[in-house]
Amino acid sequence: MASNTTTTAPERTITKYGAYAKPSKGANGWETFSWYFFRISGVGLVFLALIHVFFVHISTDVSETVYGFVAARYANPFWRLYDLLLLTLALFHGLNGLRIACGDYIQSRGWRLTVSSALFFIAITFWLMGSLTIIMFQPNQTLAQSIMSFLGR
Amino acid sequence: MYRGQSGQWSWLLHRITGLGVLLFLLVHIVDITLIGFGPTIYNDAIVIFSTAIIRVISLALIASLLFHAFNGIRIILIDFWPAGYKYQQAMFYIVLAVTILLFIPTVFYIMAPVFGVCPQGSCANPAL
Repeated sequence: MASNTTTTAPERTITKYGAYAKPSKGANGWETFSWYFFRISGVGLVFLALIHVFFVHISTDVSETVYGFVAARYANPFWRLYDLLLLTLALFHGLNGLRIACGDYIQSRGWRLTVSSALFFIAITFWLMGSLTIIMFQPNQTLAQSIMSFLGR
Repeated sequence: MYRGQSGQWSWLLHRITGLGVLLFLLVHIVDITLIGFGPTIYNDAIVIFSTAIIRVISLALIASLLFHAFNGIRIILIDFWPAGYKYQQAMFYIVLAVTILLFIPTVFYIMAPVFGVCPQGSCANPAL
């Protein structure tokens, strides 16, 4: 156990089947949460992402997914909720994966913290961009106009 | 690490495909955000995705997504099903088989419009 050293990466065991072993009891609670989050969000994403790709990007050709296509789809609040859930789970599942991958190659604790903080900043920025667009989109209004009319200006 | 065994390959493939899908996700969030700037800017920008070269890159994305999804199910099965460990290698081959099986028709659907065929019924003449 390397739990008391501050200069080495958190100890991770790669199982014979090519996944990280569940952190041992008494390990950092955050890493245990992360381990479960990958699996729980993963189950959701298998359905959310594959259904999204099939119905939005394969059964409709990419050349047809123009502004009007999105506007028609977003007339139904269900698809906005669906996309919001997909965005949230995929972004945090993916960036948490990148955090783990980076941690494997960075020895210094300070640099790991720096990279994790940068990834957290990227997560929040992209989540705000995506969720604002999904929630606030109104046909034939720019995002700025939708936000201003929402604010009553 | 278990060099040359399926565990090593599934670990490496899971990592590479995951990073690839993440990179595309970030691009996809940016392109969707463009819709907030109006129809002209959005439609002009997403024409890029209809080009042949980006269609080929999308195929790599879909293959990555399929593998990552099915290998993820395999990992979860082994983690939570005590007997799953015994079938880890067999399941790895099933993951590869299902990925390839679903990928083949996808190639047709994504690439056909480049050759003027629209399996979905309608497609704009894609830019080259």
